[in-house]
Amino acid sequence: MPERRGVAARREPDDTDRRLINALQGGFPLVESPYAEVGVRLGLSEDEVLSRLRSLLDDRVLTRFGPMFQIERMGGAFCLAAIAVPEAQWGRIVETVNAFPEVAHNYRREHALNMWFVLATESPQGIADAARRIEAATGLAVHLFPKEREYFVEMKLEA
Amino acid sequence: MNTSSPAAAQDDLDRRLVLATQAGLPLVPRPYAAVAQQVDASEEEVRRRLAAMLESGRIRRIGAVPNHYAIGYTANGMSVWDIDDAVVDAVGERVGALDFVTHCYRRPRHLPDWPYNLFAMVHAPGREEALARVGEIAALIEGGFPGACRGRDVLFSNGILKKTGLRIGG
Repeated sequence: MPERRGVAARREPDDTDRRLINALQGGFPLVESPYAEVGVRLGLSEDEVLSRLRSLLDDRVLTRFGPMFQIERMGGAFCLAAIAVPEAQWGRIVETVNAFPEVAHNYRREHALNMWFVLATESPQGIADAARRIEAATGLAVHLFPKEREYFVEMKLEA
Repeated sequence: MNTSSPAAAQDDLDRRLVLATQAGLPLVPRPYAAVAQQVDASEEEVRRRLAAMLESGRIRRIGAVPNHYAIGYTANGMSVWDIDDAVVDAVGERVGALDFVTHCYRRPRHLPDWPYNLFAMVHAPGREEALARVGEIAALIEGGFPGACRGRDVLFSNGILKKTGLRIGG
């Protein structure tokens, strides 16, 4: 799975996929056979729920399915970070940065600071340490943007 | 398991649950039974523990994370704002409450190059719509807090380079 290909989706979700995605954005049942239960709500068999989920993940319409952990509540930390990457070095720097397991997400953005990524570490000290190691590996300055305050938002996108 | 107290044992189970599911919940008819095997606990204990982690906020939710490009939100603009520190929290609460804002944070400035202290992520079907929504945010701030906004920018994303979610080491 070469990361440099990025994560562009390989297909458009159909109507049933969209209903499934919307139904699965939260509140996944904590019962023995949760996929069957979700299927009952949507008029789909357990097999169909599972095979659609597999295909949505394979085709990268979904990037993930499962629990979303708040690492901060378990003693860990998240931090937004950015690097101004010279265009000529772009490919190499993407590979170098993505190779760090601490890099959870990475986006290219249109700005002098053109690479924005999220570091996730098991302890708050891990953030500065990962940033230092990324600076050493890339030879570029890593700017850290820790969140000082989070304002309430509803995190759902209608498919 | 080399754990000295019930609390430590519980933390250890949480950690094993993170390790077992951070890449995703198994796509099998009984996913919690599959996880239970990996973490050396009973299926019922896994479900109880996940429920407790949801309750305490250690798990935000269990569900699907869409590739927002694939579901039609092709414009992903990180709007950034230089807001007077005296009112930035009041502004942040108002901006975060807008339904098209998916994340909203106060973050440190990096002067002189980066004067912005408020970040609001805007998703929309296209850039024009995204920019219109950023315009709505600007109007909301100017209406409620005249003069508080000293500058703004929108950084559009033109490529997801990686999106794995967190990975802690085993």
